[in-house]
Amino acid sequence: MFAKSSKAAQIAEEVTDFTAVQGRSLWQDARARFVQNRAARACVLVLALIVAFTIFGPLFAQWNNEEIDWDIIGNVAAQGMPSLATGHYFGVDDLGRDLYSRVIQATTTSLLVGLIGASMALFVGTIYGIISGFVGGRTDSIMMRIVDILMAIPATLVIILLLVVAGRSFFKLFIALGAVSWLSMSRIVRGQTLALKHREFIEAARAAGVSEITIMHRHILPNLLGVVVVYASLMVPEMILAESFISFLGLGVSEPYTSLGSLISEGAGTMAYGTLWQLAIPLFFYVAIIITMFFIGDGLRDALDPKDR
Amino acid sequence: MIAYIIRRLLAAIPTILVLIVASFFLMRFAPGGPFTSERPLPPQVLANIEARYGLDQPLWKQLYDYLFNIIFHFDFGPSFKFKDRDVNDIIAQGFPISFTYGALSFLVATVVGVSLGIAAAIRHNTWVDYFAVGLGIAAQALPNFIMGPILILTFTLWLGLLPGGGWHGGQWQYLIMPVIALSTSYMGSIARITRSSMLEVLNSNFIRTAHAKGLPTRTVIWRHALKPTLLPVVSYLGPVFVYVLTGSVFVDMYFSTGGLGQAYGGSALSRDYAVLLGVTILYGILTVAVNLLTDLAYAWFDPKIRF
Repeated sequence: MFAKSSKAAQIAEEVTDFTAVQGRSLWQDARARFVQNRAARACVLVLALIVAFTIFGPLFAQWNNEEIDWDIIGNVAAQGMPSLATGHYFGVDDLGRDLYSRVIQATTTSLLVGLIGASMALFVGTIYGIISGFVGGRTDSIMMRIVDILMAIPATLVIILLLVVAGRSFFKLFIALGAVSWLSMSRIVRGQTLALKHREFIEAARAAGVSEITIMHRHILPNLLGVVVVYASLMVPEMILAESFISFLGLGVSEPYTSLGSLISEGAGTMAYGTLWQLAIPLFFYVAIIITMFFIGDGLRDALDPKDR
Repeated sequence: MIAYIIRRLLAAIPTILVLIVASFFLMRFAPGGPFTSERPLPPQVLANIEARYGLDQPLWKQLYDYLFNIIFHFDFGPSFKFKDRDVNDIIAQGFPISFTYGALSFLVATVVGVSLGIAAAIRHNTWVDYFAVGLGIAAQALPNFIMGPILILTFTLWLGLLPGGGWHGGQWQYLIMPVIALSTSYMGSIARITRSSMLEVLNSNFIRTAHAKGLPTRTVIWRHALKPTLLPVVSYLGPVFVYVLTGSVFVDMYFSTGGLGQAYGGSALSRDYAVLLGVTILYGILTVAVNLLTDLAYAWFDPKIRF
C-alpha cells in the first residue's frame, strides 16, 4: 500500500515544488492588455518615430531654423518647394527660412507643451484632489467651490488673459496651460478618493496606527494612479490643441521659436500664393501627433480601466 | 425641483462675483496700460485721460463702481481704445452674430454627431461603424483653426463656390464655412461618446428583455435605448456650448464675421482691458448659465437623480 510508485513520487515532487502562484499586479495586467491593442501599439510606434525625428532630424538639416536663404526669398513659390537639391527637404517658409528645421523645432515645442501641460495637471490636480477628498468636510467644500468658480471661466480665455497680462514667453505659456488644466483632474481625483476612503483596507491601515499622511500616499495614491494616468494621457492632445490655438492667434511662443500651431497659421496665411507645402507639412505632423495621442489615450483607458468601456 | 433651481441660482451668484473681482484685479495689475504708447504723453494729459475713465480713483472705489454698474445697469463702462463706443455697444453688435452661427454649429454638431454615433453602434463592427469611427477621430483632430484654412482653400480658392469671409446679415453663403469650421471637432467627440454609450446600453439586460418580448428593433432603439444613451452626451453638451462660444474668437478673426470674437481678439492685442474684461465676464456668466441648464436637462433625462 505504501510501496513507492513513480506516479506518487511525481505528485509528491509537484506538491513540494509548488511555490506560491506568482501574483500579477494591476500594472502587469494593464501592460498585457495594452500590448494586445493593435491600434495603440501602432500609434506608439508612430509617436516614437516622430520623437526620433525631432531628436535625430537636426543631424541631416542643411540649414538652421533662423537662416534665410537669400537665393530663394524673392521667389518662394517657384523655387522654395521641397527639394533635395537645395537642401530644403520640406521647402522654405514665406521668409526663405528652411521649413525642415522649423518643423523639427515646432514639433519639439508642441510635444513639450503637451507633456509639460499634462504633467502639471497631473501633479497639481492629484495633490489638490487627494487633499480635498481625504480631508473632507468644510475644507473639501471650500476647495471644490474654488474649482467650480475657476471652471466657470472658459479655459482658452483664461490662457489668453494670462498671456496678455503677464506677457509672452515659453515659461509663462506653460504656467498658463497648467493653470487651467489641473481643474478637471482635481475633480476626478477627489471623486476617486472619496470612493476609496471608506474601503476596508484604509480602515485596516488606520486601525494599525498608520498616520494620515502615510495613508494618503501609500494606500490611496497608488490606487488612484490608473485613472490619473488615463486622464493625463487624454490631456496631452488637449494641451497641444490649446497651445496651437493660442499660437494661431499670435499669442504663443515668439520667433525664432515656433510651434506647429503658428506654422499652420503662417501656412494658412500664404496658401493663396501657391505655396501649399507650408500648410500641408506642419498640418501632417500636427494631425499625426493628435491622432496617435487619441489612440494611445484610448488604449491606456481600455488597459487600465477595462470596465469603463 | 424648483427649490433645486433656486439653490443652484443662489450658488451661481458668488461664482460670478468672484469671477468679476478676479478678472478686475488681473487687469489692473497688468503692466502696460492701454494709454502707454511709444511717445510718452505729457503727465497732465495722461492724468486727464485717467480721470476721464476714473482710473485716478482708489482701487476699491473703481471696483465698487465697476460692480455697481454691472449689477444695477448691466453697464460694462467705456472702451479704452474706441473713444465713441462703450463695451455694451461692442457686445450688442457682436454677440448676435457670434450667437447665430454658434447656436447653428452647436445644433449641427449635436444632430450629426448623435446620428453618426447611433448608426455606428447599431451597425457595430460593420463598415458603417468603421466609417463613423474613422470620421469621428479625423474630425476630432481638426479643430476650428485648422478647419478654417482647409475650408477656405477648398471652397474659395479651388472651387470658387463660397465667399472667403464677411457676414452680410447672415446670408447662407456666409454662414456655411464658419459653421462647418466650428462644429467639426465637436461633432467628432459627440459621435464617439454617443457610440460608446449606445454600445453599453445595447448590451444591458433591459434591452435583451425588450428584444425577448418581441418588440421590433426600431421600437427597442427609439423607445428604450435612446434616452439612457443620451445621458453622457447631454453632460458633454454643456462644455461644447462653451467651447463653441470661445471658438468664435478664432472664427470671427479668420472669417471676418464681425462677431464678439473679433472684438475680443482685437482688444487682447491692443490691451483694451475694458472690452477684454467685459467679454470675459459675459462668457463667464453664459458658462454658469449653460452649466445650470445642463444639470437641469440631466435631471430631466435621468429620473434616478434626486435633488
